[in-house]
Amino acid sequence: MNVAGIIKEFSLFRLKRSVILGVKSLWMHKLRSLLTAMGIVFGVCSVIAMLAIGEGASYEAQQQIKDLGSQNIILESVKPSSKTTAGEQERSLILEYGLTYNDISQIRATVPGVLVTIPSREVKDFIWNEAQNVDGAAVGTVSWFPEMRNRNMVRGRFFTELEMSMRAPVCVLSKSLARQLFPLTEPIGDTVRIQTSYFRVVGVIDDDPAVAASNDEKEAAGDQGDGMEMMIPITTLEDHFGEVIFKYRSGSFEAEKVQLHDVTIRIGEPDEVMPASLAIRHILERNHKQVDYRMTVPLDLLRRAERTKQIFNIVLGSIAAISLLVGGIGIMNIMLATVTERTREIGIRRALGAKKKDIVIQFLIETVMLSGAGGVIGVALGLAIPIMITHFAEMVTIIELWAPALAFTISVMTGILFGIYPAVRAAGMNPVEALRHE
Amino acid sequence: MASPGNAPEPVIELRGVEKHYQMGDTLVKALHGVDLKILPGDYISILGPSGCGKSTMLNILGCLDQPTIGQYFLSGQDVSQLSDDDLSQVRGKRLGFIFQSYNLIQQLTVVENIEVPLYYQGVTEKESREIAVALAEKVGLGTRLDHRPTELSGGQQQRVAIARALANDPAVILADEATGNLDSKSGGDILQIFDELNADGKTLILITHDEGMAMRTSRTIRLKDGSVAYDSYTERQLA
Repeated sequence: MNVAGIIKEFSLFRLKRSVILGVKSLWMHKLRSLLTAMGIVFGVCSVIAMLAIGEGASYEAQQQIKDLGSQNIILESVKPSSKTTAGEQERSLILEYGLTYNDISQIRATVPGVLVTIPSREVKDFIWNEAQNVDGAAVGTVSWFPEMRNRNMVRGRFFTELEMSMRAPVCVLSKSLARQLFPLTEPIGDTVRIQTSYFRVVGVIDDDPAVAASNDEKEAAGDQGDGMEMMIPITTLEDHFGEVIFKYRSGSFEAEKVQLHDVTIRIGEPDEVMPASLAIRHILERNHKQVDYRMTVPLDLLRRAERTKQIFNIVLGSIAAISLLVGGIGIMNIMLATVTERTREIGIRRALGAKKKDIVIQFLIETVMLSGAGGVIGVALGLAIPIMITHFAEMVTIIELWAPALAFTISVMTGILFGIYPAVRAAGMNPVEALRHE
Repeated sequence: MASPGNAPEPVIELRGVEKHYQMGDTLVKALHGVDLKILPGDYISILGPSGCGKSTMLNILGCLDQPTIGQYFLSGQDVSQLSDDDLSQVRGKRLGFIFQSYNLIQQLTVVENIEVPLYYQGVTEKESREIAVALAEKVGLGTRLDHRPTELSGGQQQRVAIARALANDPAVILADEATGNLDSKSGGDILQIFDELNADGKTLILITHDEGMAMRTSRTIRLKDGSVAYDSYTERQLA
């Protein structure tokens, strides 16, 4: 049987009649038709829903990484575990570790493509506003910090380069800290205290995106949350707290000597980020006997996140293919049973002038209608589930337009693919035997 | 076929038709050497005991099957060698079938069942609906157009089948034991319709084993062991 011939003779009028006939035949066995289409429904629905959830999750992850700055390399000082330090510094009261100014000047001097560095240093202690206090940290940094780290000001301004060089006692509060310290009053213009130093508040900055999400939950639970930081010029921090930072915590006493807690290095060209990160790692490995630092390369994370997403998509594609295959086999199985059951009808139609291709088209249309209806219901459910998840679980889900379109197309294709065999089998029946069939 | 004088052109002509079936190792000759001419307006009953080749005869006459040997001319065209598609076309256009078990399509209504042969001939929706309604009225089912076969009695179902057989205005109507499933009253009604159709000039072939039915027809053909044993037409001619 040639396909072109079938298409040529198949007018719109016949299509309409065949569709009506198909609906009638499927309607005669409502439950069976519904159950048959279910395979496709669940296949299509799960693919669209999972894709939307996956897209949403990876979008969130990528957004967080991008907020760190894709051209940045972030270094952090990490207190080495006590085991490794015990031998050397057993008798020293002061724990000395972390990134040094020396590291930074070496990186600036030797690594190509380094645009700017943003050093920062922090003092962890209680931050006071009158009698209110919050366990937080004063972070000494530079005036270009917000721009480099993609942090937005909520109110007021960041401190300036002039204030930095004048070692001015000004500070910028993180949003969470501002909320805790000044629940009712306007923080800008007021002063806060840490240890014995007072700072004038000039602005409020957005929370660190890495901790912002978890903070909302913690605050809702009555906890204080992370990211309680006030930013002051790094020069001011040196003046007020010196090199050694003392901490008093519920009876115990701790002294640390850390030159820099946190350094962000901005690389000029995206292409140079990965080679620069290798060079920086090399310098740090040479300068530090123990691993008292942590290096984060957002671009590297981004690439890994993309790779993860690719793998996720492949897994998803396989699940989709398998579920549609199962759905297709289910449809084919039922259609074969239907063809047997309707042998007599096929015989009657052949006797009344139906050609083989008329029978093929009739059964193919029924199969495609089954799978197409399954596809439509599946798309509807598949769109509803992510919307419900976004609404109730407050998770980001992203429905890409091509996903439902593709899923529906594939469900129709499945119908055609798995409908051909039963349809051809129906058409191939001998009219005499078909008429005699009981 | 040029026929001399005023003898009309036969609507059906079988020439030396044989039908063989392979049943396992043995070759069964269901029909051998059937020669038959049927003229327009003939009202024929084909009779014979079971196994005489009646069904095979019906299948061949109805273009559902093709002869192994011999030729079959339907309205002058040799249909014994046609392709499957062309044969379907011939069935739909020139033949009307009436079966013992009515053979209506269950999911369709009365009027839709009558429309089936029209659909396969590509008649437009509007036109086919008009024809189907007119035929339903003709067989007395004008008030039951939207009923389904399960909602009708046997006699009514068979009348739908007759209307369907008439849909494409066929050259020949073939009825296979058309009253076999009906009580005598309904069967009589059906035969009444057949009589009227023949009176209108239709060619009817009734396959039956009911002698009473054979009495009504103008010509009787008896089959025995795959060949024509008696034909009232030739008998009459011979007489």
